Amino acid sequence: MNLEKVVFGFFILLALTLNFGFFLGEFDNPDHHNVYELFAAIVVSLIATVLKLGERTQIGAVLLAASLVADLQLIAAALVWGIAVYATDTGLTPAVMASIVSLSGGALLANMVSATLLVIETSSLQR
Amino acid sequence: MVRSVVPQILRRMRPPLLVLITAYAVAVVGLTLMPGQDDQGTPWRMDFFHAFYVITYTAPTIGFGEIPYEFSGAQRLWVTISIYITVLAWLYAVGTIISLIQDPAFRSAVKRSRLRRAVQQMSEPFYLICGYGDTGALLARALTERRRRVVVVDHAQESIESLDLKDLGVDVPGFRMNAEIPANLTIAGLDHRWCAGVVAVMDDDHANLKVAVTCKLQSPSTTMIARAGSSETAANMTSFGTDAVVDAYTGFADRLILAIRSPNMHRIQDWLTGIPATELPDRPKPPEGTWIICGFGRLGRAVYHALRRHGVRAVIVDAAPDHNDCPPDVIRGKGTEAHTLRRAGIDTAAGLLAATADDADNLSIVITARQLNGGLYIAARENDLSNKPLFREADIELTVEPSYILASRILSRLNAPLLEDFLAHARTRDAQWHAALAERIQAIAGGTVPETWTLRISTARCPAVIEALEQGMEVTLAGLTHHPRDRHRPLDCIALMLLRENESVLLPSADTALASGDRILFCGTNAALGAMRTPLRHINNLRYMLTGESRGDGLVWRYLARRARE
Repeated sequence: MNLEKVVFGFFILLALTLNFGFFLGEFDNPDHHNVYELFAAIVVSLIATVLKLGERTQIGAVLLAASLVADLQLIAAALVWGIAVYATDTGLTPAVMASIVSLSGGALLANMVSATLLVIETSSLQR
Repeated sequence: MVRSVVPQILRRMRPPLLVLITAYAVAVVGLTLMPGQDDQGTPWRMDFFHAFYVITYTAPTIGFGEIPYEFSGAQRLWVTISIYITVLAWLYAVGTIISLIQDPAFRSAVKRSRLRRAVQQMSEPFYLICGYGDTGALLARALTERRRRVVVVDHAQESIESLDLKDLGVDVPGFRMNAEIPANLTIAGLDHRWCAGVVAVMDDDHANLKVAVTCKLQSPSTTMIARAGSSETAANMTSFGTDAVVDAYTGFADRLILAIRSPNMHRIQDWLTGIPATELPDRPKPPEGTWIICGFGRLGRAVYHALRRHGVRAVIVDAAPDHNDCPPDVIRGKGTEAHTLRRAGIDTAAGLLAATADDADNLSIVITARQLNGGLYIAARENDLSNKPLFREADIELTVEPSYILASRILSRLNAPLLEDFLAHARTRDAQWHAALAERIQAIAGGTVPETWTLRISTARCPAVIEALEQGMEVTLAGLTHHPRDRHRPLDCIALMLLRENESVLLPSADTALASGDRILFCGTNAALGAMRTPLRHINNLRYMLTGESRGDGLVWRYLARRARE
């Protein structure tokens, strides 16, 4: 067992699950989407990105790209949240919440691609 | 650059980045959890936006104060902890970057990728020199002085450092790597479309052989010139198509014989193959009597056999005759002592060659020999260029500098590919012809070794000549060898040979008509070389040179000329 692989897989899966947890719930209801969960998703996603830095393999490059997409989407969601609540007087309306959650939904897709690639790489190594 | 260095930076930055992200996350989350109160005294917890803001300015120890409300005790406690965590994380990250920049392996990777890019971006012909010893340094200097581009490969750190310190006028990428590994030669530009030639002048015969093989297999059309220390290596290199094999010792032996047998031809060869702009040597003729050769190494052996072949008697003096496979009549001894030299017959000898591998021994032999026989012709081998001042002081008729011999032979090969042909043809002429030519060269050279160059009558090299030929004008050699501003004043140059469809003419006369595709070998001063370029490129100038008619060009002048004719 390779500890590095465990940590790597752990963070990729954790990014996916946290993202999924935040996404889950009524689409435009602020009560169903916890801000701590979004924060955790961003941090774990960033850590997963750093872990993929400097990979020379083709699959490593695609993993890094997927991870960067997820970071971008999640940070965009956090920015929408912050601007709506603190920079303007809009507040956390259902429309704002819907755009935050849909942005995190995009990140969820990127994270699923990451996880799928990880599974493919692992199974190809097994053979 | 991107391929090798950036992933290295990223991999090294992984741990500090992880530490930074974690430190920020812990600090931000902690701050949102700490109980506080707003300005009205109602319980309040900081939101993520403000927590991130506060940590962002406290982490680099900027500190704007307690925003948006005064902190509670719990919040102050947490901010204190956060400062320690995040500042340490930053120190770690910055320290890692600095240590990475100072890491020798990293720096050499950066340097190599910069050199690699410099070679890839070459957009003019360049020569790849493997081995930057005495010979390589001489070659690099002579080539860069002529504005030729050079790439150097040497595996010794000191050599590349000395190259970096030297100001050669143009940028010379110097790779510190083993030239015997084919991939390294590719990095240095062997497959590059502008690689005009590869020169292998390392001290190791096997390494030179390996470079020659690599070059001929990977890019057979590239000119390959290699140094060989023995005739076996030379034969081996020639067998797979190495364009030129130079061997300092047999080269010297041949020259010595030439100097003894036909001194004027030797002077011609000496001048035409010397390193241009150095002092024009005029050496006394070596004698035909008995020679004493001290040291039966590679040089001694080559000279001994050459002398014997041409019927000149030679006596060998060697310290370890059993070891060096000497002829039976060898005199045992170093040659540095008077009695050894006396036994070798110094009193009646005509010439002496000090050919040991030790410069101190050679100088000692020279001084002893001079004391014993004042009229002796003395030649000595100079192994190390740094001893040049000593050899200049010693009373020596001929200094054998292997690195100079090698460099000049390679240089003449690169500068004027026709020169070897010319010399071979010239050797067949009689002594009178040699004397006349030597006189002419000496007259134009003005005390320095002349340049030799080849001119090809083609659209790329001399568009004006081609244009004139297409217009039906007769272009004679005289049109090129006179001053572009005064057509009656000859330039300091000599047309040595004209090559037309494999037929060569030695010393073509001035009224020879040129044709497209001709190749002409010239020798002359650097100024003549520069002056010759003008009529090659400008048809008006060429017309003036050929007919004396100075015609203005441009719309107005053409109109006026037409008016004047009408």
